[in-house]
Amino acid sequence: MAPDSAATPAAGDVLLLVGTMKGAFLLWSDRDRREWRTDGPHFRGETVYALAFDQRGGRQRALAGTQSFHWGSVVRTSDDYGATWSEPDRQNVRFPEDSGLAVANIWQLRPGPDSDPDLVYCGVEPAALFASRDAGESFTPVEGLLSHEHRPQWTPGGGGLCLHTIVLDPSGGERMGVAISTGGFYRSDDGGASWRARNVGVRAEFLPDKYPEFGQCVHKVVHHPSRPERLFLQNHWGLYRSDDWGDSWHDIANGVPSDFGFAMQMHPHEPDTVYIVPIEADMFRVVPEAKLRVYRTRDAGASWEPLAEGLPQEDAYETVLRDAMTADSHDPAGIYFGTRSGKLFGSADAGESWREIAGALPSIVCVKAAVIAANGS
Amino acid sequence: MAITVALPSALLPYAGGSSEVMLEDRYHTVGEALGALAGRHAGVMDRVMDERGEVRQHVNVFVDGDNIRFLDGLGTAVGEESTIVIVPSVSGG
Repeated sequence: MAPDSAATPAAGDVLLLVGTMKGAFLLWSDRDRREWRTDGPHFRGETVYALAFDQRGGRQRALAGTQSFHWGSVVRTSDDYGATWSEPDRQNVRFPEDSGLAVANIWQLRPGPDSDPDLVYCGVEPAALFASRDAGESFTPVEGLLSHEHRPQWTPGGGGLCLHTIVLDPSGGERMGVAISTGGFYRSDDGGASWRARNVGVRAEFLPDKYPEFGQCVHKVVHHPSRPERLFLQNHWGLYRSDDWGDSWHDIANGVPSDFGFAMQMHPHEPDTVYIVPIEADMFRVVPEAKLRVYRTRDAGASWEPLAEGLPQEDAYETVLRDAMTADSHDPAGIYFGTRSGKLFGSADAGESWREIAGALPSIVCVKAAVIAANGS
Repeated sequence: MAITVALPSALLPYAGGSSEVMLEDRYHTVGEALGALAGRHAGVMDRVMDERGEVRQHVNVFVDGDNIRFLDGLGTAVGEESTIVIVPSVSGG
């Protein structure tokens, strides 16, 4: 697929933001989601682990967390679908000088609730949470997590010590959660002022105590806005659900070929439906049996079914990373994921069938989707 | 007399387009000189050094042709007319 000119999606179109190890791509299609146009690469040669599209308050802003191999990390924004990007003079995500910490990478960008349209959260490596009050132009650290007593005991996993997942109370309340590899799931009930580990029932295979208070390598946590207290968690070995905002977790690895994996995605309209891409093992991070299969539960984890139509089922040594799966809000929902080998797949029927959208991008680390709202919506 | 700081092309946008910055005051070490550079072009120094005040891993700083990593780091002495060259390491992309 040859790149077109700058992205020009219309209202109702699906916009995909794809972060790779060598830049970012924007792809867009109408609601049929059969023919895709592409724009990029943006930020040539830079790693883009974090992307978001913010349509709160009439805004149509793309945010990108970029990492230069030489010059560090910065959050850039675009209000014209990538035709131009901000170039902040100062790097806008930086630890305080007396913290002894330095940003190694930006792992997550999460626009806040609709009730606070200028609030954007940012998760970084080494694990910390930053907040912006100006729609992503500048960020300050969330002190309650920066100074957490557990910090000295958080240790990096294979991908680094990263705060990669941010879950918010969709009502705009004070409750929120973050996931850290390796640190575990933490919840705040006071808007980030204080945090407590919430990992009861989540195992840590690599520690002497298999069920510690914290230290788990949580890979992804998702929930549905209609049932925010019910969380689903993909762990470094383990699939879990919590019905009480993380106070306790229960094993839901029922009928999956492996409970190791990274990516997890909530269906946008069905609160019992979740998608994962099981990976064979921590020591062999490819899909089981070299069959690229998405697994779906429609009963909140009581059972899982493979979804493979249109996906390669032979010699497919693929990996899907934790932020490389997403969904659009059309009905039927579109589900998308990208692989480390640079393939981008999409389904326009909530996973029943798949097609390859792009086959030779650089290694994909992040995929986000947005349905373009009408101007002023 | 002045210390010359030569910048790579990637950092010119953060130095007002200048590929060289002249530091007229007297500085004794690389650290002092770069501190002065930070006062003028903070965006340049954000990209050369991290929040801990350390030169980024894949950035090299030369003083009169010598890499400070093999001398005294930021404590490396500079003369009144030294040339400091900042370059990205041969890597990345």
